[in-house]
Amino acid sequence: MTAKPKIAFYWCASCGGCEEAVVDLAEQVLDVVAAVDIVFWPCAMDFKRHDVEAMADGSIAATFVNGAVRTTEQEEMAHLLRRKSRVLVAFGACSQLGGIPGLANLSDTASVLATAYRTSPSTVNPDGVLPQRHTVDGGHALGLPGLYETVRTLDQVTDVDYYLPGCAPTPKLIAAAVQALLTGALPAKGSVLAPDIALCDECARKASKPDALALAAFKRPSEVVLNEEECLLAQGVLCMGPATRGGCEAACVQGNMPCTGCSGPTSRVRDQGAKALSGFASLVASNDAAEIERITGAIADPVGTLYRYALPASLLRRRRVAVS
Amino acid sequence: MPETTTGSAAAAERFEPRIVAFFCNWCTYLAADLAGTTRLKYAPNIRVVRVMCSGRIDPQFVLDAFAKGADGVLIGGCHPGDCHYESGNYKTLRRFQLLRRTLRALGIEDDRFRLEWLSASEAEPLKTVVNDMVEKVRALGPLHLEVPAEAFAAEGEEVAAR
Repeated sequence: MTAKPKIAFYWCASCGGCEEAVVDLAEQVLDVVAAVDIVFWPCAMDFKRHDVEAMADGSIAATFVNGAVRTTEQEEMAHLLRRKSRVLVAFGACSQLGGIPGLANLSDTASVLATAYRTSPSTVNPDGVLPQRHTVDGGHALGLPGLYETVRTLDQVTDVDYYLPGCAPTPKLIAAAVQALLTGALPAKGSVLAPDIALCDECARKASKPDALALAAFKRPSEVVLNEEECLLAQGVLCMGPATRGGCEAACVQGNMPCTGCSGPTSRVRDQGAKALSGFASLVASNDAAEIERITGAIADPVGTLYRYALPASLLRRRRVAVS
Repeated sequence: MPETTTGSAAAAERFEPRIVAFFCNWCTYLAADLAGTTRLKYAPNIRVVRVMCSGRIDPQFVLDAFAKGADGVLIGGCHPGDCHYESGNYKTLRRFQLLRRTLRALGIEDDRFRLEWLSASEAEPLKTVVNDMVEKVRALGPLHLEVPAEAFAAEGEEVAAR
């Protein structure tokens, strides 16, 4: 009997939603478990880092890493798992594009720590304690990983073979990816394991999008009662569908909410936010500078809207750092 | 490269901005052409890229220019109403305004990104625009967009000490 292929999961800067997505495979997860040996999955199983270090290089068939890379520990684990794995998959938006944690690239480490540990309304920290790289407590030296100023995608840290897009990837895409890995029917290295089409292409509301769209106002979903049949862009709501890869079957639009772009761009686009900006701005129904400023001004947070998941993967990667 | 007129240290140290200029084929590029044939002198800091229409300028081009080391980006198109393709320059205007606000949020000053309408006959205004932009960007200094490499220098020792 041949040994079952070894599979590992790991999480970096992420919310745990990607782990949920694996569990969302429901009864299909049993097929996966029957076909593979899970050798590392800190969220669900009790293996330690030294267990991975003890494995032979290249002995893991495939490792799925979710989350962006923003600490020294995550960076070390990315390198370690790369070395031990024949295939490394960036799993989910944070790993592929930087994701929501990637919006920290608009800020700096000091402000991030100050907000999280001192000034946020829900924080109770009268002594103003901040995490330290090193402390001594009761005679024991304790350490924490270093927090980087710039959040990175997995492929900005190590070599990545495939990408599974989404926040989180849908069970359907995960099952298809696992199937492809088990049968060896894999596309070219560097591929995103989802259809290379815009989300609009698989959106049920596609037919209701007018050929010529001109918008006199951009609205937030909270400011308008949304029709459940009509194209959301046609209703003035910023839907990232035109600038986003399909594969999720327009799940958010099915829930009557606009696409926010978690699956990243198609292969023809380098910078998702810039492409979305281009499309949205060209829809503005005015040729007058002041009026255009007023209409586009409704996009209160352009970076958070256009680059909600893709700032670290964008051309500029982060807010400019002042040079000393 | 800029002409060197003096050998003084001050001139050698003066920051020379690199500005990428996207000019439309029908108006601003012709203005630059006219500036050349009429031997108008203007700051040699712009690198002109000819595009068929300012509306062809994907915001990705602008970001790519900044990411690859441009200190400023100048877009030149036909005056409103004069677009060879009727509406390309209006789309440019809309994209420009949203992109400038996006760049601002990413720490790139307004003076580094400029849109000007310059017709084929406006060589003199082109000269003024280029000289003015070069001076403003020079005053701002180099953009330095590189993501700084971060090192936790003593990492190895610290891990070993634990």
